[in-house]
Amino acid sequence: MQGLYAVFKKELQDHLSSYRFVILFALIAMVSFITSYMAAVHMRGNLEGLASTKFPFLMLFSTPGAMFSMVQFVAFFGPLIGLILGFDAINRERTQGTLIKVLSQPIYRDAVINGKFLAGVMTITVMLVAIVLVISGFGLAFVGVVPGVEEIWRLFIFLIISIFYISFWLGLSILFSILFKSIATSSLASVALWIFLSFFISLGAEVVANTVAPIDRKNEVQPEVVLENARIKEMVSLSSPMVLYSDAAATIIDPMRKTTRSIILMGPMEELLSARFQNPLSLGQSIVIVFPHIIALIAITLICFAISYLVFMLQEVRT
Amino acid sequence: METETIIETTNLTKRYGRQTAVNGLTLKVKEGEIFGFLGPNGAGKTTTLLMLLGLSRPSKGSATVCGLNPLRMAKEVKRHVGYLPENVGFYEDMDAVQSLEYVADLNGFKKVEAREKIDELLEIVGLKEEARKKTAAFSRGMKQRLGVAEVLIKDPKVLFLDEPTLGLDPEGAIQIIDLIQSLNKEKNITVLLSSHNLHQVQKMSHRVGIMIGGNLIAEGSIDSLAEEKFGVGEKEYSLEEIYMKYFQ
Ligand SMILES: Nc1ncnc2c1ncn2[C@@H]1O[C@H](COP(=O)(O)OP(=O)(O)O)[C@@H](O)[C@H]1O
Ligand SMILES: [Mg+2]
Repeated sequence: MQGLYAVFKKELQDHLSSYRFVILFALIAMVSFITSYMAAVHMRGNLEGLASTKFPFLMLFSTPGAMFSMVQFVAFFGPLIGLILGFDAINRERTQGTLIKVLSQPIYRDAVINGKFLAGVMTITVMLVAIVLVISGFGLAFVGVVPGVEEIWRLFIFLIISIFYISFWLGLSILFSILFKSIATSSLASVALWIFLSFFISLGAEVVANTVAPIDRKNEVQPEVVLENARIKEMVSLSSPMVLYSDAAATIIDPMRKTTRSIILMGPMEELLSARFQNPLSLGQSIVIVFPHIIALIAITLICFAISYLVFMLQEVRT
Repeated sequence: METETIIETTNLTKRYGRQTAVNGLTLKVKEGEIFGFLGPNGAGKTTTLLMLLGLSRPSKGSATVCGLNPLRMAKEVKRHVGYLPENVGFYEDMDAVQSLEYVADLNGFKKVEAREKIDELLEIVGLKEEARKKTAAFSRGMKQRLGVAEVLIKDPKVLFLDEPTLGLDPEGAIQIIDLIQSLNKEKNITVLLSSHNLHQVQKMSHRVGIMIGGNLIAEGSIDSLAEEKFGVGEKEYSLEEIYMKYFQ
């Protein structure tokens, strides 16, 4: 424990005082500021004349302003935060010869990796909480929306999901810093995997779906085939943590979202009805919809860390 | 004079794939001794130290350090043993004091306790003036002395020093050798050191072991090694001559 705490303290101090944190934080603060400003402007226009909207506060996070919403922003750039915090965690200490020194102190070996991971998670938490607070304060001041109890709960869950999501990338980059002795290689590998998991999978999903269940445009389109095609596409793209996260976070933050599916079969009357009587989901129902997503997200984060842990414990350290 | 055995290895072996880094090392080091491992690069000196510290797993054989098995009681062994690695590294953005504070923290010292200890150690290794200098600006000799200060924080019973004089100028090497000798005398710290420099080992060690290609080919005091090889009557052989003899 004493070793874990010592490592955690040092790593956290390093993170919070490093230039890379300051730059990252400035960047994120700037973007979230712009995003929420855009959202606010957009909302002011939309809310005017409306008798009452449900959950105006959450719209600060879910409304795409000029470019993207806060949720989309975290889905997209969150991984970079994780990667930047972890890509040289172990191999830098190896090259500068401090790892062996730390490991020859009376601590358990896992104190090093646990301490580093926890310090990263703590840094991520600090960043996200700060950003959410900034946006909230901004919303209060600029739009004058006050969060209700349920909205605060939703934000809280959104935060937890986001922390796990970014921690997954942190764990991944720490794993690479253990596997690869060179910092250049580990950073490149992390970024490559990020690009692959975030962008190529959706492309791949398209390809897989069109191969397994091709939609024949020339003849009459069969609804079953379209549905099958969409189902396969969704299944494959769920292997991307980004999709997993965006679905979960968007559903939690937007009570109007009733499903994570992209295609819903509905008759014209049903459609009319649902458009006419739009009621938000309760928090419990929102959670039920994305429960598998959340579990999967937590699972991949833990699995990723567990692999790093095992590799690190079994690896021989000579420098 | 009867003294306790503090380090003992029995048939200690380490293989990397087909290559045998350490081959059936059987050795005893007594408390209060300075034992020098002598051998060219790749002889298996570092590997031996790592196995004694529990950082590397032996392929065969066993070891005891301070009565503990380093494989099973690594943390306890490391409480008593200070290890100065071959190329000791430091966090570049820390100064000497911060670096020592982190090591003290890892050893579970309270802040006030650590402060006193650190002052004392900086005095001992002669880095009082440089206490607030960043380690990135340290010369090789200063780094080595800071490294010694770091391993002394835990009040070790045993020191493992891997090539402590490597890359130092003669003056720096003498400082380190004097430091090691005074620690051994005044605090009765057992020292196990490795080096490929004959003269320095000869100068500070009570006993030496010559290691080549993973095998311990000779072990004993320098005098006894001379006798063994050249027969009684020949006198005052330097270790170098003995070493060369074994090499052929
Ligand atoms: N990780 C490793 N994989 C394969 N061989 C290794 C590894 N580490 C060390 N060796 C080999 O073990 C032998 C002993 O190395 P070492 O103990 O570092 O020697 P010394 O410290 O005496 O110079 C060398 O031949 C080296 O090539
Ligand atoms: Mg060596």
